[in-house]
Amino acid sequence: MSNPSVGRKKSGLDKLLRVALYTVLLIVAAFYLMPFIVMLLTSFKDVEEIRTGTLLSLPSVLNFESWSKAWSSACTGSSCGGISPYFMNSFQIVLPAVAISTLLGAINGYVISLWKFRGSDLFFAALLVGCFIPFQVILLPMARTLGWLGIANTTTGLVFVHVVYGVAFTTLFFRNFYQSIPGELVKAARLDGAGFFTIFYRIILPVSTPIIVVTIIWQFTQIWNDFLFGVAFSGFDTQPVTVALNNLVNTSFGGKEYNVDMAAAIIAALPTLAVYVFAGKYFVRGLTAGAVKG
Amino acid sequence: MNTKAANSGSGPTQSGRPARLSLADWMPKIVMAPTVIVTLVCIYGYMIWTAILSFTGSRMLPSYKFVGFDQYERLFNNDRWLVALSNLGVFGGLFILICLFLGVTLAIFLDQKIRAEGAIRTIYLYPMAISFIVTGTAWKWLLNPTNGFEKMMIDFGFEDFKFDWLINPDMVVYCLVIAAVWQASGFVMALFLAGLRGVDGDLIKAAHLDGASTFTTYRRIILPSLKPVFFSALVILSHIAIKSFDLVAALTNGGPGYSSDLPANFMYAHTFTRSQIGLGSASAMVMLGCVLAILIPYLYSELRGERHE
Repeated sequence: MSNPSVGRKKSGLDKLLRVALYTVLLIVAAFYLMPFIVMLLTSFKDVEEIRTGTLLSLPSVLNFESWSKAWSSACTGSSCGGISPYFMNSFQIVLPAVAISTLLGAINGYVISLWKFRGSDLFFAALLVGCFIPFQVILLPMARTLGWLGIANTTTGLVFVHVVYGVAFTTLFFRNFYQSIPGELVKAARLDGAGFFTIFYRIILPVSTPIIVVTIIWQFTQIWNDFLFGVAFSGFDTQPVTVALNNLVNTSFGGKEYNVDMAAAIIAALPTLAVYVFAGKYFVRGLTAGAVKG
Repeated sequence: MNTKAANSGSGPTQSGRPARLSLADWMPKIVMAPTVIVTLVCIYGYMIWTAILSFTGSRMLPSYKFVGFDQYERLFNNDRWLVALSNLGVFGGLFILICLFLGVTLAIFLDQKIRAEGAIRTIYLYPMAISFIVTGTAWKWLLNPTNGFEKMMIDFGFEDFKFDWLINPDMVVYCLVIAAVWQASGFVMALFLAGLRGVDGDLIKAAHLDGASTFTTYRRIILPSLKPVFFSALVILSHIAIKSFDLVAALTNGGPGYSSDLPANFMYAHTFTRSQIGLGSASAMVMLGCVLAILIPYLYSELRGERHE
């Protein structure tokens, strides 16, 4: 859309309006940035500076102590080894869960778009509901199921849960993407003798890179940031980093160490922030794709 | 769908093919089978399971002694649940309204050929990449009265400044609103910005040729054409509000007392820590009801829209 005022002569009023516009935009930007800046500043202060200073006062020296404490020796509920083990847990959960759910989503989307069978559309509609249900409604039965399967309180169990409830989204993404591929392409390939998987590998996958990136980023962010499944289905040693962070912040032996809390929070946020900074375009695309249709 | 396929293709259709069924014909069904089974069991089966539990007297372990609607009756006589529900009303209502307002406004502002638009957009949207737990932790620090915002204002010279919402049972729910708006409003802005970029440029030019002011153009032409975006954003935001659990856990932990509980936190506490599985299940079913009440009209209109294409 083009700016309506372009092409007209710029009056003084127009100039004033634009100054006001930029001012508002910058103030709002400050509002969004402020919590992160305060977190960063706080993480570099020592406890004394936090007590005497204000939110926005600068630390006198860059003090990395709280960072190393958050990483390796802060107490999170039952143990005092920092959040690093839980950070690793998160990776152990996220990587397989993202890989499996993306792969399943790609295959499902391929079938639903290009190999329709009786009931496949109905099933897709049923699957869509899975994107929307409040997970509270499946929490207890899932806890029981994980117990029966012998994977309660394990990272394997969490991978399973994230795959089960992530597949609805990944299927939706791939299905919407594959809708634009003409069905004739598949028909022609079949007449040439290509099978189900050959067509997938040779024709479909090579054009799927953008949607694969979007899906991986979406799933990575969702699963990394999950708290509900983490807190409901993990054991003491298998907690994801979000659960450990929450325990760390809400554990209060002795004095409250806000600097350590903030350092831990930033560490927990780093992987998804990095994804956002380096692949923001795909991140936004995933958000809007997942949102508009999901 | 089947009729469409049969009409459009000159080639063989699923139903019209001769009986020689190869493995390739079964393959689509075979590869879909795991997802179909898992969906039927883990979404629909579990929903029914929870529904059944909500009609039983289950406490620490599921039992199948049916008690009719007793749990629902207990639920709606439970003060903590009523607080959670009314919190959801206040929190959800404000969160949705403010996000929509900020989202539209910022999107329109950003759509005025702003220099460094990309950088500003990145700043507005980054909270969406962060976990609600991190957001809660950050705002808990910002809003705490001893060292946070209140102290900063006092040190700036506003000695009577008071900002204790986080520990005030009547105001704490607004703290949830502030943090949630911070997290999600940039995302709503991105949705509307995408919508604005999709508005037909000729329509706007025509309006200008007819002498319409920028303001009128927005009010009469551009905003009405964004109705679908409003609708999607509304559904997504209400969905986020109903499911909100982690933000409360990190920011207030439901406190002071249970004054900032939301239904999701009520459900979790009663099912997993207070050995009230029946009551917890009933609350989960009420949450599901709320989501369906929003979702069904939405999906209905979406699907109808698709048929008209």
